[in-house]
Amino acid sequence: MKLVTAIIQPHRLDSVKSALEAAGIHGMTVSEASGYGRQKGHTEVYRGAEYTIDLIPKIRLEILVDDPDAEVVTSIVVSAAATGKIGDGKVWTIPVESLTRVRTGEQGPQAL
Amino acid sequence: MLDTGNTAWMLISASLVLLMTPGLAFFYGGMVRGKSVLNMLMMSFGAMGIIGVLYVLWGYSMSYGSDVGGLFGNPFDLWGLKGLFTMTGEGFTFTDTNGLPDIVNVGFQATFAIITVALISGAIADRVRFGAWLVFAGVWVTLAYFPLAHMVWGGGLLSGDGPFGSIATPIDFAGGTVVHINAGVAALVLALVVGKRKGFGREPMRPHNLPFVMLGAALLWFGWFGFNAGSAFGANGMAGLAWVNTTVATAAAMCGWLLTERIRDGHATSLGAASGVVAGLVAITPAAGSVSPIGSILLGAVAGVLSALAVGLKYKWGYDDSLDVVGVHLVSGLWGTVAIGFLAVDKGLLYGGGLRQLVVQIIIALVAVVFSAVVTCVVAFAIKKTLGWRVPETVEVGGIDLVEHGETAYESISATRVGPEVRS
Repeated sequence: MKLVTAIIQPHRLDSVKSALEAAGIHGMTVSEASGYGRQKGHTEVYRGAEYTIDLIPKIRLEILVDDPDAEVVTSIVVSAAATGKIGDGKVWTIPVESLTRVRTGEQGPQAL
Repeated sequence: MLDTGNTAWMLISASLVLLMTPGLAFFYGGMVRGKSVLNMLMMSFGAMGIIGVLYVLWGYSMSYGSDVGGLFGNPFDLWGLKGLFTMTGEGFTFTDTNGLPDIVNVGFQATFAIITVALISGAIADRVRFGAWLVFAGVWVTLAYFPLAHMVWGGGLLSGDGPFGSIATPIDFAGGTVVHINAGVAALVLALVVGKRKGFGREPMRPHNLPFVMLGAALLWFGWFGFNAGSAFGANGMAGLAWVNTTVATAAAMCGWLLTERIRDGHATSLGAASGVVAGLVAITPAAGSVSPIGSILLGAVAGVLSALAVGLKYKWGYDDSLDVVGVHLVSGLWGTVAIGFLAVDKGLLYGGGLRQLVVQIIIALVAVVFSAVVTCVVAFAIKKTLGWRVPETVEVGGIDLVEHGETAYESISATRVGPEVRS
């Protein structure tokens, strides 16, 4: 099993989600994250006082998949999240040692 | 003979003005960091608690009781509101002034005293012990607010009966001097005496909830109809004029502030809109009963620009007036009070009324500045030497809410219940 983690632009979440659903991936964890990479932040001015906002809001997606699906899921996320502009995010995959479904106690790929 | 129309309007006005203080609490609360929002709200609510009580004890009497040297009313004259009503076998009977029961005026005036003190709290956000603030509220309202209200509205030194009345009758319709100059000067003095927040000018101190700020500004605008139109003391054309002037000046001030920001910083911000609204409300306050709606546009627009420029001064001069009470209330309060000298219909300079009104407006503004500065200095230093103003630095950095109030506004996800036990 693999864990695919993606950091994407918040406004791309809906299209990534529907693309994955269309491909039969029925489960993910979404959290609001903030950070920066090559895309630096922006500045805001409050009553004349300027602030640099260097941590930018992003969406973090975590998707557990069986080994053969990892590459497909990665390419679906990449194509659905891409806008071509700097700040589109990253997708990476790591191996998962064990997996258990809490409700039934099922283990391994059956718990996916 | 009781005038029920006027009485109804003044009861509504009093209620509207009372709502301004919670509105102000949100206006200020949204502007501070999330770790001190409850303390900011509590400074306004605390002012309601303390002054709500003091006003009936000696506040009304010191403002409208028998004159002592033109400076204040005798606090024992109407102590506890005695004499405003009598109880007979058939029930209560009330004294009235022009058909308005005096007890209704007590309610109306008490709300002004409350918000004036609450306004000051914005200058010393995030860093002051709650107890010291409550003591300040009670002492300052007694030594600064009640006397100035007496001087301007209670037949004292700065009223038409005072020494400057021979030049022209001073005009302060709803509180340019008593409320805004008074609070603005006190804010400046406190910012200087209390000192800067740790990290002022270096660490980010951006507003944590701009929707709160906008909501607060909206409540202030709404409540201000009681403040200004209520100051006509009747349900009449003058109240209508004050209502229209208040709205048009406020609208123009918002435009003025946004335009200034757009040119200077590149964006018209929501904080700028909320701030412009308040600047306009402040500026029109003394003038709402003496200028025309067209004059109000000019008066408001200038106020918006002036205050938008003035809020930057604290960085230049290094005083931490945290939420710009000086830049908004003192600057626009001074402008509104002095602008009457130019814009008052018939009496103002631009209406061919000569210089007399302008001179007298400048005099009452200056007297209010000096009086408030002296009294606030004395009270502020007395508290500094006795109780102490500041919370420890660690508390300020960690967040004043938790230590002063034992609460946090937003971080409650990991709360575990430990007591009291529920009876089974």
